[in-house]
Amino acid sequence: MNALKFSRKNLGIPYAVFLAVFVILPLILIVYYAFTDANGAFTLSNFTNFFKSPTNVTILIRSFGIAFLSTVLCLVIGYPVAYLLARSNLKKSGVLLMLFVLPMWINFVLRTAAMKELLYFLGMYESGKLHYLNTVIGMVYDYLPVTILPLYTVIQKLDKNVLEASSDLGAKPLYTFINTTLPLSMPGIVSAITMVFLPSTTSYVISDTLGNSKVTIIGKLIENKFNSGAADSWQAGSAIALVLLLLIFVTMFISGKFQNDDDSSARGNGLW
Amino acid sequence: MVKKFFQRGYVFLVLAFLYAPILLLVVYSFNASKEIGTWSDQWNFSLYTMLFTDDKILTAVWNTLILAFVSATISTILGTIGAIGAFYSKKRTQQLLGGATQIPVISAEIVTGLSLAMIFVFLGFYRTWASLIIGHVVICFPFVFLNVMPKLKQLNPNLYEAGLDLGASPTKALFSIILPEIMPGIFSGFLLAVTMSLDDYIVTTFTKPATLDTISTYTYNAYAKGGANTSVPALRALSTIIFVLIISVVLINNIRGNKAKEQARK
Repeated sequence: MNALKFSRKNLGIPYAVFLAVFVILPLILIVYYAFTDANGAFTLSNFTNFFKSPTNVTILIRSFGIAFLSTVLCLVIGYPVAYLLARSNLKKSGVLLMLFVLPMWINFVLRTAAMKELLYFLGMYESGKLHYLNTVIGMVYDYLPVTILPLYTVIQKLDKNVLEASSDLGAKPLYTFINTTLPLSMPGIVSAITMVFLPSTTSYVISDTLGNSKVTIIGKLIENKFNSGAADSWQAGSAIALVLLLLIFVTMFISGKFQNDDDSSARGNGLW
Repeated sequence: MVKKFFQRGYVFLVLAFLYAPILLLVVYSFNASKEIGTWSDQWNFSLYTMLFTDDKILTAVWNTLILAFVSATISTILGTIGAIGAFYSKKRTQQLLGGATQIPVISAEIVTGLSLAMIFVFLGFYRTWASLIIGHVVICFPFVFLNVMPKLKQLNPNLYEAGLDLGASPTKALFSIILPEIMPGIFSGFLLAVTMSLDDYIVTTFTKPATLDTISTYTYNAYAKGGANTSVPALRALSTIIFVLIISVVLINNIRGNKAKEQARK
C-alpha cells in the first residue's frame, strides 16, 4: 500500500529513468565503441590508429593552439572591461554590462555569419592565409561576453576593505592588483577559461564559417569521422570523443579546486 | 580626467568590436545590394520582402520557434519534477541525481550530440522530430533543475506539513504550496531553456530529420559550405529583426526591473 501512495520523492523516478536512458547510457555507448572493433571484440586500435596519423596529431595541436590563443585573448580583452565595469565609477555601468551581454541572445550561427560578412567587407576573408586569424577573431567575438560575465560577478564581490588595506599598508596600485585583486578574482578567471577553451576546441561552426573550410578543429574531426560512412565510423568517432571527455573531466577536476561553493558563474547564469 | 577618457575609450572600443558585425548587417539590410560592401543606390525594404517570401527561411524560423517552445516546456516539467524528487530523497540519491544532471552542462556539445545520435539509432527513431526534441531537452533540462533547486532549499519545510495537517492531499499540497513558491525558479529555468534551444547548432545537426532546417542549420549550410562570399541577403533582414526584438525585450525587462527596484526602495 505504501508503495502506491504518492510521495514527493517518487517524482525523482521518471527523472532518473530519463537521465539513465538519455544521459548515462549514451556515454556508456561511447566507451563501448571506443574500445571495440567492428565485430565487437575488445581493441585499443581505435586510439592507436588515431595517434598514428600525423594529420590527426597536427589537427589536435593546432586545435589546442587556436583554443589557447582565443582563451588568452578573451581574458586579456575581457578582464579590463569587467574590472572597469565593476570597480571604477563609470556612469551607467549597469547598462554597459547589459550591452556586453546582449549579443549572447542572438543566435550564435547568425552572429558568426555576420562576422564573416564583416571580414569579407574588410577584405580579410579572401586575402591569402588569414584563415587561422579569422577563426581566432570569430572565437574571441563569440566568447567575449561569456568571459566578461563571470569576471564581472567575481570582481564586483571583492571586498573593498581588503584592497584599501593593501594600499594603506603601502602597496603601490600595481602591486595591489597583482598580489590581491588578481588572485582573488581567480574563480572568475577559471570559469571564464572553462567556458571559452572547451567550446573553442569543439564548436566547429566558427572554424568552418570563418576558416574557409581550411581549419579543422577537434570537434570537426569527430563529426567527420562519425559521418564518414566508413565501417568503423562509430568506433573512430567514439574514441576521439572519449579522449575529449576525459580531458573535460580533468579540467573540471582542476577548476573545481578554484571554485566557490556558491557557483554564481556557471554557464548561463546571470543571463536571465 | 585623462585616465577616465582612456577607460571609457577602451570600453567603447570593445563594444564596437562586439557590435560592428551586427550593425553592418543592420545597415545593409536596407540596401538592395546582393553583396555587402557594394552599395546599390536602392535603399528600400526589398530584403524584407525577400525574407517574407522565402519559404525555406520562414519554415526554418518556424521550426526553430516550435522546437524551442516544445523542448523548453518538456525540459521545464522534467527539470522541475526532477528537482523536487531529488530534493526530498535521501542525501545519496540527491547527490547522484544532481551529479548526473550536470553531465550535459559540463560535457562538450559534440560529445552529447554524437552519443545521442547512437542511442537514437538503437531506439529506432534517429533523425525524426522525436529525436530532435529529446536532443534539445537533454541540453536544456539541467538549467531548469539547477534553477529550481535553490528555490526548494529556501522553502520553509513546515508549509507543506501544515498543508497536510490541514487536510490537503499530498498532490494538492504539492500544487498549491510548493509549486507557487518555486515558480520564479521554474520560470527563469524555462527562459534559459528557450535560450539554449534557440542557440543550438551541434546537437540539432546530429539529431534532426535530414530535410528539416532550423535557423542555425540553415545559416550554417549557407555560410560555411559555400565559397568566400556566400552572403544570403534575406538573412540580413532576419538578423536585423532578431536584433531589434532582443533589444526591445532586454530594454523592457530592464526598465521593469528598475521600477521594481525603486518600488522596493520605497
